[in-house]
Amino acid sequence: MRTDRGYHCRITNIVTLTEQEKLFQLRIIDSVERSIFRFRPGQFLMLQVPGYGEVPISISGSTSNSEMIEFCVRRAGHVTSALFQAKEGAKVSVRGPFGSSFPMEEMKEHNVILVAGGLGIAPLRAPLLWINEHRDNYGDVHLLYGAKEPSQMLFTYQFEEWRKINHIDLHTIVELPEPGWTGKTGMITELFNDISIAPANTYAIVCGPPVMFKFVCNHLDRQGIPMNRMFVSLERRMHCGMGKCCRCMVGSTFTCVDGPVFDYWSVLNLKEAI
Amino acid sequence: MIYKVISKPEFATFIDSLVRQNLSYGPRQVDTDGNGQPVYQFREVRSADEIAFDYTVTHSSAKHFLLPFREELSRFAFADGDWEQDIRYEIKPLVLIGLRPCDISAINILDNVLLNGHYPSPYYLARRKNTFIVGMDHLPLPDCFCKSLNHHTVSDGFHLFCSDIGDKYYLSINSSKAYTYLKEFGIGEPTEEDDCKLIERRKLIKQSFQTSVEVSGLPSFLDIEFDSPIWTKWGDKCLNCGTCAMVCPTCYCYNTEDRPDTDLKGSSRQKQLYSCNLVDFAEVAGGHNFRPKNGDRLKYRYYHHYRGFAENANQQICVGCNRCGRACLADINPKDVINDLRMEKESCMTCVSESPRKT
Repeated sequence: MRTDRGYHCRITNIVTLTEQEKLFQLRIIDSVERSIFRFRPGQFLMLQVPGYGEVPISISGSTSNSEMIEFCVRRAGHVTSALFQAKEGAKVSVRGPFGSSFPMEEMKEHNVILVAGGLGIAPLRAPLLWINEHRDNYGDVHLLYGAKEPSQMLFTYQFEEWRKINHIDLHTIVELPEPGWTGKTGMITELFNDISIAPANTYAIVCGPPVMFKFVCNHLDRQGIPMNRMFVSLERRMHCGMGKCCRCMVGSTFTCVDGPVFDYWSVLNLKEAI
Repeated sequence: MIYKVISKPEFATFIDSLVRQNLSYGPRQVDTDGNGQPVYQFREVRSADEIAFDYTVTHSSAKHFLLPFREELSRFAFADGDWEQDIRYEIKPLVLIGLRPCDISAINILDNVLLNGHYPSPYYLARRKNTFIVGMDHLPLPDCFCKSLNHHTVSDGFHLFCSDIGDKYYLSINSSKAYTYLKEFGIGEPTEEDDCKLIERRKLIKQSFQTSVEVSGLPSFLDIEFDSPIWTKWGDKCLNCGTCAMVCPTCYCYNTEDRPDTDLKGSSRQKQLYSCNLVDFAEVAGGHNFRPKNGDRLKYRYYHHYRGFAENANQQICVGCNRCGRACLADINPKDVINDLRMEKESCMTCVSESPRKT
């Protein structure tokens, strides 16, 4: 783990996902550092663009591929705008990994529901790829994914692979349909009508805008999924990642050290969490 | 700890020698306020004559010697489309003279926050280890409430602590470095009379507090009163200027930013002390603000100070110096806010029906 001095990385590939989001693939330059770098699904890195600053970004890639660190980044501030100007081959740096992770081992032998809203698919892609790589260890896997508009939907080019090769039960919905959209329209909670779950044997992972958490988690709660089996990834602005700057504090909890992954029971006990 | 006494003239000689050989800061009168009262600040001192040993309080705390308002975390050098990062933890040794017990307690709290937990701060550690602290006891101002938080005395976190017992100082020597320095000067064993004078001095200090704030049970109070209208009331007064955090001896929240050099050949990553009362403190990329209202942010500061952050400082981090109250442009101070909060609860208690009589 690197807390002050980052791992120096080259951008090896940039995939344009939408007008506002790109997938950056990074490779740690030093081969020794590359061989020891590890992370768990749900953790984040502080992505540094020297001269501009650093931002906390969830890792969207596979934990098994140390050759490539993947970030799905939305252009939202001056650091991410600078990153969007970068070309393949550019050098950036990452500190971390920081924070808690989704309990993938604990979820083994269970069904898993992943609920993503908008950019929330970015942190959920890491556990999804984990499940894909260890597919036999998990029961039924549902991915419910909602976006504002069809053109804002991310990773659509991987949907078929997830569905057909990895047997993920994938459902999508948009709030505002565009011409050519033949799928469902409405709020993400409507997708729960399309799946049947066995609450006693199911884990849930939820990530999306703050307004989505309560609706989705309340629904899952009513379905009978225990609160300690529902996991959410919270968003905050971290400046240090180490529980020192206090920018990500929620109540008495540091989102960067104790989170960003929390079980829903813990979140309910955190004032201002969502 | 070793206890000695030293005459005031000899103490002045010792301090004179100390500050002439080291980069030193002590309380100095820098101005007078509107009422003609002296304004003190910690400033560089080169001789004992410059130090106001009988000062009341400095407007800013000694925190900034360990946590500068702006500090460089690392430097980037750009060349040929590439860059390199340089990180250093070097600082000059420093002597701080005349810190009050609550100021030393505040540093102990910062130690707990910044040197414990998962990731100790190497920047803070470098400064802390190279800072020699001489503390002095003092009589409280009318609005000090350090006693309510038990920070009117201190037993750790300094090299040397001096208690004024008339024509002498009663010294508590807490490090071999301090003892080695002092051996060169005229220190003596405390007599029974000196011990009595120290006890009387401590009693006098304890009895001189005119302000008290009831902080017992405050953590749960704050949780229960999370949605209290009290926060909106005080939030409406708050100007969101962040002055309270700047003068506070324990506020350590910060912001980081990159500052490119004017020739664009390099860049400096800096941390800058921040305040949770500033409007963008909890704002995330894209503009969503988790604490958009004044009252939310004010409440958060009280949460941090009196409920305690669990991870690094499972304690109340206010030391009761009331610098925030004195500096606040909107006349908000911890005593009034906490009393307001408690009064609301106490008035609710009167609504509770009496217990049934025993039959």
